[in-house]
Amino acid sequence: MHHPAPGAADRAPPADSTPPALRLTGLSKHFGGERALTGVDLDVSAGEVHGLLGQNGSGKSTLIKILAGYHAPEPGAELYLHGRRMRLPAPPGGFRDHGIAFVHQDLGLIPSLTVVENLFIGELASRPRWLISWRRERERAARLFAEYGLPIDPGAVVGDLSPVQRALLAIVRAVNDLKSATGKGGEAGLLVLDEPTPFLPENDVHQLFALVRGIVADGAGVIFVSHDVDEVIEITDRATVLRDGRVAGTLVTAEATARDFVEMIVGRQLDGQAPVHRNASQGAMDVRIDGLSGGAVDDVSIALHGGEIVGLTGLIGSGYDEIPYLVYGARPVGSGRLSLKGRALDISGLDPARAVAAGMVLIPGDRQNAGAVGSLNVADNMTIPVLHTLYNPWALNRSGMRRRTGALGAAFEVRPNAPALPFEALSGGNQQKALLAKWFQTEPALILLDEPTQGVDVGARQTVYKAIDESVRGGAAVLCASSDYEQLAAICDRVLVFSRGRVIGELTGDDVNKDTIAEHCYRSVGGVLERQEGSMRA
Amino acid sequence: MTTDTTTSEGRAAGGWDWNWIDFAERFGLVIAWAALIAVFGAIAPNTFLTWPNFSTIFGSQAVLVVVTLGIIIPLTAGDFDVSIANVMTLSSMIAGVLNVQYQVPIGWAILAAIGAGVLVGFVNGFFITVFRIHSLIVTLGTGTFVHGVTLWISDSMTISGISMNLVKYVMIERLFGIPLAFYYAVAVCAAIYYVFEFTAVGRRILFVGRGREVARLSGIRVNRVRWGCLMASSFLGATAGVMYAGTTGAADPVSGLSYMLPAFAAAFLGATSVIPGRFNPLGAMLAVYFLVTGITGLTMLGISTFVHELFYGGALVIAVTLSQLVSGRQERF
Repeated sequence: MHHPAPGAADRAPPADSTPPALRLTGLSKHFGGERALTGVDLDVSAGEVHGLLGQNGSGKSTLIKILAGYHAPEPGAELYLHGRRMRLPAPPGGFRDHGIAFVHQDLGLIPSLTVVENLFIGELASRPRWLISWRRERERAARLFAEYGLPIDPGAVVGDLSPVQRALLAIVRAVNDLKSATGKGGEAGLLVLDEPTPFLPENDVHQLFALVRGIVADGAGVIFVSHDVDEVIEITDRATVLRDGRVAGTLVTAEATARDFVEMIVGRQLDGQAPVHRNASQGAMDVRIDGLSGGAVDDVSIALHGGEIVGLTGLIGSGYDEIPYLVYGARPVGSGRLSLKGRALDISGLDPARAVAAGMVLIPGDRQNAGAVGSLNVADNMTIPVLHTLYNPWALNRSGMRRRTGALGAAFEVRPNAPALPFEALSGGNQQKALLAKWFQTEPALILLDEPTQGVDVGARQTVYKAIDESVRGGAAVLCASSDYEQLAAICDRVLVFSRGRVIGELTGDDVNKDTIAEHCYRSVGGVLERQEGSMRA
Repeated sequence: MTTDTTTSEGRAAGGWDWNWIDFAERFGLVIAWAALIAVFGAIAPNTFLTWPNFSTIFGSQAVLVVVTLGIIIPLTAGDFDVSIANVMTLSSMIAGVLNVQYQVPIGWAILAAIGAGVLVGFVNGFFITVFRIHSLIVTLGTGTFVHGVTLWISDSMTISGISMNLVKYVMIERLFGIPLAFYYAVAVCAAIYYVFEFTAVGRRILFVGRGREVARLSGIRVNRVRWGCLMASSFLGATAGVMYAGTTGAADPVSGLSYMLPAFAAAFLGATSVIPGRFNPLGAMLAVYFLVTGITGLTMLGISTFVHELFYGGALVIAVTLSQLVSGRQERF
């Protein structure tokens, strides 16, 4: 299946004489009955950029969190940093003092402070000093940036920096912390980059990679966690793939193709399966979204038939999950036009109230904060969009509200079907059924879903699918943003794959299956996709 | 815990099963009020436990009731209006100055006073919703500004001699021995109860207060609702100002400010009863009279006026604590 052939690649790890920057053996972690990690071994050589890949739930983040000291591993694991054995579990805050530094996706910068303040925040907080010479600190920062050739003004406010400058700053800060921690020992430490790139445009990523190369040249080891196979190929020397909490394999990057990685991540050969899937319906497009831009989304056009379910997916940061909120007018939109039921609407002038009036509904992924008010009862939550229909001549018909809620609850199998129960007393699955009922009673023309089965148990999933299916039979068009490929495969007629804010692939018919969707997501950078497509057909 | 999931509504629909804890919570304030009256009545039966005393309390404190009812509207929508007492003072002063110094007929003077109040509410809503500034900050600023205007137009003097017609229809005319002012407050209370409980607008206000993002994504025009609530509270503040002028026959540039804290204390205390966990007009009204009864009793026992500050200050903190405990334990219907 794959051949992690050890060999004379030009970027292969150095000889065994120097101890590895990190050696981890027999790492396991259980959460209750769930096995998050099982017997994971990981070696990162000094001077190496080592990729760490895997799908959501593969155990990547658990591994990182163990290094950072958030989780204690099961007994039996051993950890060596530059040949020195470290005691596990890690102290809270991780092995910072022993030379592991982290850059997480959120970067951990304070936007309202200056570059210098952010850069030395750790030192300033921990070192007892009476007087800070800001001039000297600025000079020190300027020297540090010059060393890595970075065009960052030490006096600038972080909020004014571009996204890539912020990422660079966070990495330089981590390296600086490493140096001050390991300065006495002589080793260069280990830097963990936990998905620092998803929100960066492609050109900026190269700047960041140059910095990473500069860091390993000093002898440090780098763990580079990413979803993006292309980036891993470009930057890493070797890469380890996790699947279902185990090491699926370690590849020497120079000898592997994107396809090798994707196969290892997804866990099967790419060709040779053909599950049956319904065909997309034919005829005129009833819903058209043209030139939608806003947030990470860049000039996307989507057309749907009434009675069609179109899935939106991609890796984190690709923008697919913003589409429902943008179309609904719930987030600022740069530009975009929508044609719905023959009416043309300017999306940038839309807000949720107008969207509802135009026949759209949005069922948000964040049920707690955006979907329903937990402290109010089910009847209040379910009837809020249709209150105007529930009047006696002069007053809200309270028993009518309860009856309506009871009838909807029965139809959507909400259990317990108790209109007077506080919404938060329902389980996740039943909350979702109640929210579908809340909106589907308005008979919308366009249904926008964000992660409709997140936190929904298997039994309730079937009910959710059925409810969506019935609504579609009534003629509604559905846009469903989801990172759950199995769920997309279960309900979608088509799936659009996003990367860097654009649609880069459309899957129809038999291609709408879990594995094919996953594959396209992980090879989501355009060029690779086409190359692979060609070689697969050949 | 069954009390967490059983609600008054559920019980009404599915048969009445008696629950002492729930009952005590809903009507605890009434019981405490009765106990307070009993204690003071026993100590000072000849002064405290008399009809004139109670009819005075009901009548004169109607102003505080209206201010409190005004406060609970934006509170339900999640906003604080701390400018309301200043609006009340401004309104009474405008009515006084126009009526007494410029001989404007009292009807027009009242209209101008209420118009000015609503304008303050409009400005509050403008800064709070358009510039997304916290309501506490905006109303603190506008309230102080308004107070300055009040001092300016009155030269910091009390204006007396306001039309007796106003005084007549607020304080002198009585129904069942209680001044009409009380019935105005009851009418406002009933109107708010109707809007909160029996209209779609009331449900929308509640959703805006409990989950702004939920409300927004449900298609509720959150800003419009908040703005409207702030204008409603200023309107009621101005109405209270007119009633104040009618109660005393004069407009006083500072004494209205002492209504601020009692009103907030009563609003939060009221949220622990009748509909526990929710700002509700009946609870607010009960709470005002409970607090005022306590103050009146203590004053009659000869304790000096610093007790007002002790009592209202303590009541505010205790009331908010209680309402936190209640909302943590009880469903809020």
